Amino acid sequence: MNRRMLRKFKNGAFLTLSLLATLTGLACLAALLWTLISRGLAGMSSRIFTQMTPPPGGQGGLLNALYGSGVMTLLGILIGSPIGVLAGTYLAEYGRSSRLSTAIRFINDVLLSAPSIIIGLFVYEVVVVRMGHFSAIAGALALAVLAIPVTLRTTEDMLNLVPIGMKDSSAALGAYPWRTILSVLYPAARSGIVTGLLLAIARISGETAPLLFTALNNQFWSNNLNAPMANLPVVIFQFALSPYKDWQDLAWAGALIITVTILLLSISARVLLALLQLQRGS
Amino acid sequence: MAIIEPGHAAKQLIYERIFRSATFTAAILVLLILGGVAASLLRGAWPALSHFGFAFVTREIWNPVTDQFGALAPIYGTVITSLIAMLLAVPAGFGIALFLTELCPPLLKRPIGVAVELLAAVPSIIFGIWGLFVLAPVLQRHVQPWLIGSLGNAPAIGRLFKGPPYGIGILTAGVVLAIMVLPFIAATMRDVFDTVPAMLKESGYGLGATTWEVIWNVVVPHSRVGIVGGVMLGLGRALGETMAVTFVIGNAHRISSSLLAPGTTISSAIANEFTEAVGDLYTSSLIALGLLLFLITFTVIALAQAKLRRLERRVGAAV
Repeated sequence: MNRRMLRKFKNGAFLTLSLLATLTGLACLAALLWTLISRGLAGMSSRIFTQMTPPPGGQGGLLNALYGSGVMTLLGILIGSPIGVLAGTYLAEYGRSSRLSTAIRFINDVLLSAPSIIIGLFVYEVVVVRMGHFSAIAGALALAVLAIPVTLRTTEDMLNLVPIGMKDSSAALGAYPWRTILSVLYPAARSGIVTGLLLAIARISGETAPLLFTALNNQFWSNNLNAPMANLPVVIFQFALSPYKDWQDLAWAGALIITVTILLLSISARVLLALLQLQRGS
Repeated sequence: MAIIEPGHAAKQLIYERIFRSATFTAAILVLLILGGVAASLLRGAWPALSHFGFAFVTREIWNPVTDQFGALAPIYGTVITSLIAMLLAVPAGFGIALFLTELCPPLLKRPIGVAVELLAAVPSIIFGIWGLFVLAPVLQRHVQPWLIGSLGNAPAIGRLFKGPPYGIGILTAGVVLAIMVLPFIAATMRDVFDTVPAMLKESGYGLGATTWEVIWNVVVPHSRVGIVGGVMLGLGRALGETMAVTFVIGNAHRISSSLLAPGTTISSAIANEFTEAVGDLYTSSLIALGLLLFLITFTVIALAQAKLRRLERRVGAAV
């Protein structure tokens, strides 16, 4: 009888601990979101979207940083995602389980979780040192390197989900693999591949460390890809660590903008995927 | 090439070759990137490594004025902050995963699960500024004085909790890291727990086991490989994390016995000092730090992937 009580007690104790862990964890994360929203909204104003980043202590907005982030994220995706999609196609359709493919898959998974600051150092060594100065294009390349593993992984997974019968039908009609891939597999896996792109955008648009020594920062509006360019994450980094209240407010507003953007991207990726599964099911 | 067939087939073959080599090139590029990362870091780090030799990793000194650099303090900071993060995040992540798979009412299961996954996508700089503006003051005012008062005089571990409550420092960085990797670890563990066949669990319940006994004696042993893999992936993240740490670490290149003192980590040292570094040896030393971080995280991530792959194969074989 005693033993049974002990077991019951142990059960209750551990389950309570588990519940407590969940509550504490969720409370911390909720506190973070709460601060982000309240302080971000407090720092929000129409100036954010119409004015440039201010000099120390002054007032201003984040327009140049938002623009710079947009440009570099777009360029990063334009450079990185075709490589990721093509490489994913190779792994799913040509290489399959060859030794080389296994190695590439492994390396890709390592790159997927490699520290982004290392990628920044890599691009610094390869691009910035060669060119002799920081530039937006170096920043975009660093982001591209970060986007490749994400798109590769999802592309391969999504291509593998396409029913084999579709591939066989296409081949039976005499189509070469390239034709099958472009006309049958890509359309069938389209929403899956788009999901990968959204996830990649979400991943790179919040990255700070790799931009610190590639794109650096710029207090002014710049259209020159060959020069340092302002970007939201690095502006947040600098402004948050500054002693000026106005700068800190801008940092919080920027942080809220980034987080909302990324959450929206992740949510749309999920919705797309859910729709895809719904389609499959029917 | 003579066109015997009606042009079409030959053209198709050419397209096929072009497309295939395009995909092949892209795939090889992934290998080249990793090789390029290793090679460029090694080249950049070479001046520092050849100048200081092996002593680079065993010396604590970091003095840009006299051009003396050693990596011991950043290595120590990286390892200790990640260790603190794991000590806090692994049990909590385990609890959340357990709650989600075994205890949670079905109605809440998806919303909480999705919330946890979405939080894993929040960029690390957000955790950094939150740590600086919210968590550090709270720890400084409420938690650290209590730690100093209650544990500061304890034997053996007392040294870890001595000194003034700075707010920022090794401990705070560890806590911020823990909160950052928590959603990731919880989501991974939940996925691993979900791979346990329902029949195994039901057999346990059928024998009269309590929920906890089923978890501890059936679920955990069955998913051990995956748990270890997930924890190590989280560790890989914590070790290489830059922005969440840089805000709250204090950037002091020394090793203090107290966890409350400011310190530095490899990634935060690079982030703080790289663009301001003057002199080739200084820059090279920072890149050498990057190389060390690369080696450490590469090992951890590679081991984690190997473990997770083993789990995938086993699950694949069972189906």
